[in-house]
Parts: sequence; structure tokens; C-alpha cells
Amino acid sequence: MKTFDLNVDPVRMVNQELHDSPVGGFSINSPEGRHCIACGVDAEIDVTIDGHVGYYCAGMNKLASIQIAGNAGPGVAENMMSGSVRIKGNASQYAGASAHGGTLIIEGDASSRCGISMKGADIIVMGSVGHMSAFMAQSGRLVICGDAGDYLGDSIYEADIYILGETGELGVDCIEKKMTAEHRDSLSDLLIANKIDRSAKEFRRYGSARKLYNFNIDHADDY
Amino acid sequence: MTTDKKSLRPSATFPQDVLDEIHRAADQGIYEIRGFGAKRDLPTFDDLVLLGASMSRYPLEGYREKCGTDVILGNRFAKKPIELKIPITIAGMSFGALGANAKEAIGRAASELGTSTTTGDGGMTEEERQSSKTLVYQVLPSRYGLNPDDLRRADALEVVVGQGAKPGGGGMLLGHKITERVAAMRDLPQDIDQRSACRHPDWTGPDDLEIKIQELREITDWQIPIYVKVGATRVHYDVTLAVKSGADVVVVDGMQGGTAATQDVFIEHVGIPTLPAVRMAVEALQDLQMHRKVQLIVSGGIRSGADAAKALALGADAVSLGSAAMVALGCNRDVYREDYETLGTAPGYCHHCHTGRCPVGITTQDADLEKRLEPKQGARKLRNYLMTMVLEIQTLARACGKTHALNLEPEDLTALTVEAAAMAQVPLAGTSWIPGKNK
Ligand code: SF4
Repeated sequence: MKTFDLNVDPVRMVNQELHDSPVGGFSINSPEGRHCIACGVDAEIDVTIDGHVGYYCAGMNKLASIQIAGNAGPGVAENMMSGSVRIKGNASQYAGASAHGGTLIIEGDASSRCGISMKGADIIVMGSVGHMSAFMAQSGRLVICGDAGDYLGDSIYEADIYILGETGELGVDCIEKKMTAEHRDSLSDLLIANKIDRSAKEFRRYGSARKLYNFNIDHADDY
Repeated sequence: MTTDKKSLRPSATFPQDVLDEIHRAADQGIYEIRGFGAKRDLPTFDDLVLLGASMSRYPLEGYREKCGTDVILGNRFAKKPIELKIPITIAGMSFGALGANAKEAIGRAASELGTSTTTGDGGMTEEERQSSKTLVYQVLPSRYGLNPDDLRRADALEVVVGQGAKPGGGGMLLGHKITERVAAMRDLPQDIDQRSACRHPDWTGPDDLEIKIQELREITDWQIPIYVKVGATRVHYDVTLAVKSGADVVVVDGMQGGTAATQDVFIEHVGIPTLPAVRMAVEALQDLQMHRKVQLIVSGGIRSGADAAKALALGADAVSLGSAAMVALGCNRDVYREDYETLGTAPGYCHHCHTGRCPVGITTQDADLEKRLEPKQGARKLRNYLMTMVLEIQTLARACGKTHALNLEPEDLTALTVEAAAMAQVPLAGTSWIPGKNK
């Protein structure tokens, strides 16, 4: 395990080391809200960040397993491709924005636009999410164990949203959908794999009504 | 009964084309979506002329005395700036809007001449990476196909904030162009109308953008330059904020810039022409004392070496071509007339890129139509056209006594109209009058 202290080691140097390491474990201390920590990692390494991080922590992560023992600023794990990112605290706006793959777990709450434009990742929020979450979400799963703010799933494409708590006003073209056995099984697998102590049976599923897929003047009020 | 000629008086407020558009809107209940760029009459570089040397300045000998055209882009922060042999680049055009053959032809031609091409909404294709020696990878609001591997194999990144054809608008690709391959690259179902976002999903405003750029630099280990592209509107502010955000290169796209599919009302009524945009961008860079330190690429309706030379004289470091490059590949060429007619148009008038039925095989995903554009032949045509532009730039620069195209300066220009004099801030021909500046 190699340890860095961001009060001493610049973010640039630490990121370069993470980029140059094909294997290993790394501990990063004193993040103190710094931006872009551990972004662009492209190897099966383990990174633990002890404290709060600023913008774009673990951005575009590939393969790595990254733990944040604190809160995360905007855009955590944005455009993640694979691997996993786990946040012990809360996450700010745009968590997992446009993420293509991998798993993002937020143990606290996530702010607005969680999973915006997501493209295949799994995002699990153990608390609640803010407004406009899963906006234009294309594919993947957003699992919310708490409540969701207004406009959940606005203009959603083929992503699935699973939620335990309350939803506010749903976004345009987002509707509650049938929870089939297939959906329940796959959600159950996801929860078990990530050690989330919830039963898939309790969740409701939301997705696209597909009314906006091709322009129709009779749906113009929705645009 | 014969028609009284006086009763055939047309209305200036409702001429025939306006009547037709109202009828069309009443029938269809939706705005017109089309390709190409603004068709209305706008002030252009044609409204400026260059002042060749005579007694007060010496011209250079054509063909004998060297006139350089190379340009370096992005040497502010990047370890590997872009070195181009010519000050003309190819603008971002997506695979999806364009077919693979068109992208390959563009890549080949640009590489032969030592310049760059640019990806578009939808990500990077293997063909364009292979065929383009220098490839600029766009980071767009949609983030379709965006991934760190392609970021790292790009030669530069371009954060697209807006484009000249639709500043403030998102992308649009109609269902019939979303083939299996395009859908897979964008993680979308096939055949849907794809409406991409107009704002980036994970930043808003210049303070965020500064951190976003920092992230992109970290991911690419500070190796490659980062451009910021804006559609020309409030150019002075936008260029200032782009530089403040850390851009190595600013791309300003005037309202004549092309599009594959956008609302006609957007194309024709939003943004400002390229002519004033260049001058405003240069002034912003000069105010920051960053002119020539952060490079300026100008696009939107650049058609010839003359247009390029005038943009360079106003202070741009390079120009970028989109529509003109497609014309060189055969867009609107008078061939396959019947296919233009099927689209309800004719050679010379086509703006039907949005249909996916491009008669000359450029903006299509249809395998049969695509065969009409053989990549090597297309590359040859585009190369010839770019070479002609370069020779024209050199001819004009030499005539003004310049040993390098980038030595052209505003002093070498004069305007033919009051409007152009005001927009470009060069004197009206035959006077020393610059509107707004002196009497
Ligand atoms: S010829 Fe092809 S590229 Fe040109 S405007 Fe028509 S459809 Fe578009």
C-alpha cells in the first residue's frame, strides 16, 4: 500500500503515479476538497481517499476500485467506464454523469442530476437523490433507496430507475413501469453483489413512456 | 375574365416564400428542420479587400520568395502542441451525420496536407483515427461515445460549448440516420429521433469549465492541447471566459457555420456572422494580452483562400472548414439529378443532409448511397481544393509583402461597405473612417 498526502504531494503527481501503476493499493490522505483526484485511472488498482473530495473525483474511471471516505463534490465518477466507486458520505450534483459502465455507490444522499445522461453504469444511492436525476438517462440502472426530488427521469431513454421511497413530480416521459421477475432478479443480483441490505421486492421501477422518441406534434406540450 | 396586372401586386411583408412557409407550417405543425448553413444574405469577407503592396510596401515574388503557412496551436499548457503545415483545419462533423467514407476521405486529405480533422457528436471511429494523422476529439454535451481511451489517442481535445449554426441549441439526428452502428456508438435505440443536450451534464459556467478542463488535462497527463469552441454571439465575453477557463485554443464559429440537422429558424436567426466575430475575438485576446498565445481558429462560411487570408489578417491563427470541405467532396454537385429531385430539391439548392439520403453519398448511412463517395477519390478532390486555398493565401500574402500568412494584419484590409467597416473595424475604402472609432 502506497500512501500519499495531498498537503505535500501535488494532485498532478499523484494522478500520474496512479496512471503509471498497473497494479497495487494506494491511500490518499488530506484530500481537503481538492479537484480531479484519481481521475482517468485505467488499471485494476485499489484507491482509498480519506476525506472529502472536490469536483470530478474518479472521473472516467476504468477498472479501478476507488473508495471515498467522505463527501464528494460535483461530477464524481463522471463518465466512468468500469470498475467501482464507493462514497461513504454524500455526493454533490451530477454524480455518475454520462457514466458508461461500472458501479457507483453513494452511501449517503446524492444532489440534483444524479445519473444525468448515464449510458450503462449502475448507480446505487442508499439515501435520496435531488431533482432532475436520471435526466436523459440512456441506459443502465439508477437505484434509489430513499426518495427522489422532482422531475425524476425527465426525457429518459432506456435506463431503469428503481426506487424505494417517494417520488416528487415525475419528469416528462417518465412513468412507473411493471416490475417483472426479470427486473427483480437482476436488481436483486446487483444489491447482493454490492452488499446492499435491501430486498429487490420492495422497489418500484420507472422508465421511459417512449412518447418523445419520434417527434409528434400532438405531444408538443411535453417538449 | 382576364387578371388585372395591378391586382397581382406582391406583398413586401408576405412575399411568396413567406406565404409558402406559413402554408407549410399550417399543414405540418412543426418547424422546418434542415442541413447546411444560413442561406440569407449576410455581410461576409467579400465585403473586405486586401491592399496589395506598391510604393509604400514591397511585394514578394510569386513562386520564388517563400511565404510560410505553418502554424502551431495549443502551446500554452500542452506538452505536445499541434503543428500544422497549413492554417486551414477541418471542423467537427459527426460520424452519424456523415458516413464513414466521407470521414475517411476528409482524414486522408487533411493528413496529406499536414492539417487536422475533428470528430463530432457520436464519438471517434476507428476509420477516422486511422486516416487522420492529427485528430481533434470533441467533448460535447451529449458525451456520446466519449471514453478515456479515445481522449488519450486524440491529438487535441475540443470542448464544444456551441456551434455557429445553433448557438444555444443541442444536437439533432433524425431517426432514419440512427443505424445499428450509430445507435451502438451513442448507446441509443435505433430509429429514434436523437435530441442531444445543449448544456454539458457536469458543468455550468466558466468556473466549472476551468475545473473540467483541469480534469481533462489530468486524464491526458497534460500532453495534448484543449480547445474551447463557441458559436458566435457575445464573442468578446465568451472568448474572455474561455481563456480564463484555461483554453489553449479558442474556436469561434460564425452563424454561417453548417449543420447536419437544425431548425431553420435557428440557423437563420441566431448568432452573428463570422466577419464581426473574428474581430471581436481578436480584441478579447488582445485585451487579455493573449493574442497569439491562445490561438484563435475561425469558422463559419469560409470558402476560399481569400476568405482565409482576410480572417488571418484580422488576427485569426487558422480557419476551419466544414461545409466547404463537403462541397469539395461533391455536395450539391450536378450529378444524380433524379436523386436530388426525389428529395424535392436540385443540385445547387440542396440542404437535405437531415434526410440521410444525400445524393452524393456524404451525409448518409445508406450503403448504396455511400458507395458514390469513394474515399480515395474524395480525398483527392478535397486535397486539391485545400491546396488551391493555400496557394491563394500565399498569393495574397505575397502581394501584401508578407513572408508568412500569419504576418497579414488589419492594416492590409479595407472595407467596401459601411457595415463591413463597422464590423471588421477597418477603414471604409477610400477613407480613413472606421465607424464607431473616428470621424
Ligand atoms: S448534397 Fe448531400 S451533403 Fe450536400 S446538402 Fe445535399 S444532402 Fe447535404
